[in-house]
Amino acid sequence: MTKIGLEIHCQLTKLESKLFCKCKADYRSLPPNSNICPVCVGLPGSLPMLNRKAVEKAAMISLVLGCKIPEKISFFRKNYFYPDLPKNFQITQYNAYEPTSIGSEGKVEIEGKEIRIRRIQLEEDPGRLIYEGSSEKTLITLVDYNRAGTPLVEIVTEPDFETPRQVRIFLNVLADLVENIGVSDPYIEGALRVDGNISLEKGNRVEIKNVGSFRDIEKALHFEITRQQSLVARKIPVQAETRHWDEARKITVSARSKEEEEDYRYVPEADIPVVVIDTNTIATLQRQMPESIIAKRERYIKKYDIPPQVADVLSSDKFYSDLFENAHSETNAREIANIITTDLMGFADTREKKMELKINAKHLLDLADAIINKKITRNSGKLALQEMVKTGKSLSEVISMLDLGHVSDTFSLEKIVDEVFKEEEKAVSDAKQNADSVNYLVGKVMKKTKGKADPSTTIEIVRKKLSS
Amino acid sequence: MNLGISATEFLSQVREGNVSVEEFVAETIDRIQKVEGKIHAYLTIDDKNALEKAKMIDKKIRNKEKVGSCLGMPISIKDNICTAGLKTTCASKMLENFIAPYDATVVSKLKTEDAIILGKVNLDEFAMGSTTEFSYFGPTKNPWNIEYVPGGSSGGSGVSVSALESLISLGSDTGGSVRSPSSFCSVVGLKPTYGLVSRYGLVSYANSIEQIGPVARTVEDVAFILNIISGLDAHDNTTLDKGNADYTKDLDAGVSGKKIGMIIQMTGDGIDKEVASATNKAISKFEDLGAECSSISLDAVEHSVAAYYTIASAEASSNLSRYDNLRYGFDFGTEGYEFKAYASKVRSNFGPEVTRRMLLGAFVLSTGYYGKYYLKAQKVRAMIKSQLDEAFKKVDLLIAPTMPILPFKIGEKIDDPLTLYLLDINTITANLSGIPAISVPFDISSSGLPIGIQLLANTLQENKLLQAAYALQQTTHLPKVPL
Repeated sequence: MTKIGLEIHCQLTKLESKLFCKCKADYRSLPPNSNICPVCVGLPGSLPMLNRKAVEKAAMISLVLGCKIPEKISFFRKNYFYPDLPKNFQITQYNAYEPTSIGSEGKVEIEGKEIRIRRIQLEEDPGRLIYEGSSEKTLITLVDYNRAGTPLVEIVTEPDFETPRQVRIFLNVLADLVENIGVSDPYIEGALRVDGNISLEKGNRVEIKNVGSFRDIEKALHFEITRQQSLVARKIPVQAETRHWDEARKITVSARSKEEEEDYRYVPEADIPVVVIDTNTIATLQRQMPESIIAKRERYIKKYDIPPQVADVLSSDKFYSDLFENAHSETNAREIANIITTDLMGFADTREKKMELKINAKHLLDLADAIINKKITRNSGKLALQEMVKTGKSLSEVISMLDLGHVSDTFSLEKIVDEVFKEEEKAVSDAKQNADSVNYLVGKVMKKTKGKADPSTTIEIVRKKLSS
Repeated sequence: MNLGISATEFLSQVREGNVSVEEFVAETIDRIQKVEGKIHAYLTIDDKNALEKAKMIDKKIRNKEKVGSCLGMPISIKDNICTAGLKTTCASKMLENFIAPYDATVVSKLKTEDAIILGKVNLDEFAMGSTTEFSYFGPTKNPWNIEYVPGGSSGGSGVSVSALESLISLGSDTGGSVRSPSSFCSVVGLKPTYGLVSRYGLVSYANSIEQIGPVARTVEDVAFILNIISGLDAHDNTTLDKGNADYTKDLDAGVSGKKIGMIIQMTGDGIDKEVASATNKAISKFEDLGAECSSISLDAVEHSVAAYYTIASAEASSNLSRYDNLRYGFDFGTEGYEFKAYASKVRSNFGPEVTRRMLLGAFVLSTGYYGKYYLKAQKVRAMIKSQLDEAFKKVDLLIAPTMPILPFKIGEKIDDPLTLYLLDINTITANLSGIPAISVPFDISSSGLPIGIQLLANTLQENKLLQAAYALQQTTHLPKVPL
């Protein structure tokens, strides 16, 4: 049986400041080494000051992943030499002696399968190395400490995944969860990073690191399964080792096995006293937690009679469910859910595209009401939506600009139906025998009006004329 | 001019206009220039700025403007405490050229009160040692006899105050580093409760046990400085709230009715005869003053040296790993080196004692040994704390000699690290348990060398501790430093 476990690093991008100092948590797009202070570059004499908000956000992740939160959490130093690590140790958490990390023993269900969470720990992100050319051939390595000290949560799962597909589904669920509780924006580059470990049928465990985006982990795992299967087929033993994902060649390559032997010499971080998390704190956090994705889904189904599949898609996407919450009323909820999930999500499925959408709640509300009140057809509605997301213009502007006004007055429609009846004599006689052929004639009317005709009025007129 | 006055006396002389700050500072600088060649207390002397600041303060006083409570008091700072714009070398080649971009909290508090930072004083490299012989820049010598060690690691602090090169000094005490030189140089040195004084800006050696502490000529001076440097700090998560404590208040409250326990394990085997008899003399002085004295056994103390060197070395190995010369340090090009090779080449420039402790520390933390050494040491530490808690149910204060032996000759024990480690037996208990302890000059040996007496109190009982220290000080009449 294939066993896959994950180590996920999730930056708490919604925090203002770093984990132990007042520098900005958002280090992106700043000039190198401009977002630093004595603390985050570990100057002699500096001391870490724990960001309490980071502890709260990490606790929220623990809660949403069903983890136990101990009464007391503490920090440890993980000692290793690397130029991106200014103190040559990382302040992190460690459970070897007793559970003192922010979460442990959680679980998440995906498609009826339970994935156990081993532990969740709060730690600091190192700085970044920038190489001239590739890391193997570089003669110059530059270090940027802007990221050093950024709050990071490491989530470690048990090896409960059996397929790379389950991994992908889990990561999508996880990304939705952390986004929904407002601790991280998982779609920012580098905010969610995943390492994997994998073993086949009692074989040795191989770790996969250096996977750039969390979407690539599925590819890396697929490659690794194939590689290990082909070794087994040739009766070559699989080595226990760490392998790096080579993004350019889409393969995993063996990293130096020396790295595995590193002894981190964990030692308690005495500069940060034990943090007590009492039941009151947890109760307060629970109250502050936004509605869970599952509860939201249930509400959409029960309160608005939204179909389960639609509620599923809508509730798990924070961007669109927020848009829905702002736009809907009791009467148009179903229509708005429909517009978002069938049309809008098709226009914008990535973070970048979502950011470009020039649409707001008012647009959606107007559009849904217009469709419900038959001022516009669904088809025209789709065209109007397309224009609104591009230009941000109001619905009425878009309707007049694109001439999308609804044809529902009987007089104009009757004239058009007459034209169609003249052109489609055979179909008319068919329709007199066979009720199903009515749809064909209605379709022709729609085509002639470019989708603006009101379908129910059209059917009524067509039926009337057929029977006369 | 008499440079040998106390800081408290200096304040009243300046306030009364008997002496100007400029005169006093200039005279002190002259004194430094005269004696430094013999004792080597200073690593950096900031004479120009000190004189300028002195003139400024005199002007403020003349114009009756608001002046900080230190009134231009000249102070020296141990060279492991950061001072913006002045080198902070930790007496190590690794930080030979390091200038911190910021002031330690204690330094900025003193500057706010218009203290004048005269310069930075010598120490054992990264505060590891008890003789100040392990400085990359050479040893500091004892002004009572320049062939003798001044104690350490804050040797520069003890010597600069004792040899009239500054009124006050700030040192750091990890295992006795403030109290040892205070005892060997006949000055007062306090190790405050862990967390009472901010460590922000103190270069970490063993961060779970070290504290910044003042060295001065009198107990009043120590109390005065403690008022300024103590309290919560937004830069140090481990600082404690001192409430509205005033350490100068009721210093003369006396010890009548107080219970004082002599620690048996710190006064028995291996104690120099003259030190032992000075301790007994101090105890009878306390009895004369109305205290009730008894003997108290703290048997965990027997394991304290082993526990201390395990914990301190473990923390040192982690704290000092940042010195890879990439961001600051000394001149040494990176050309031709891969990172790990460069780091290991560079790190061979640590001195022998620092290297020894980092190796020991890395070993006790490595997989498979953590439980055997580090955890066991932490258990000893907890045991010491609980035995002290029990003891303080019975007595108000504990007493023992600060150092078990008299100052010894420079070089005499430098090749025998174990013997040197054992000299810390009486001081490390306060560090491992976090309680405050003070060394008070009490006697001079037949060979003319100082003997200090140590008093210990329970957590945050600095008031009680300083009152007893003051009472003891009032019983003594010690000679002036011969240098």
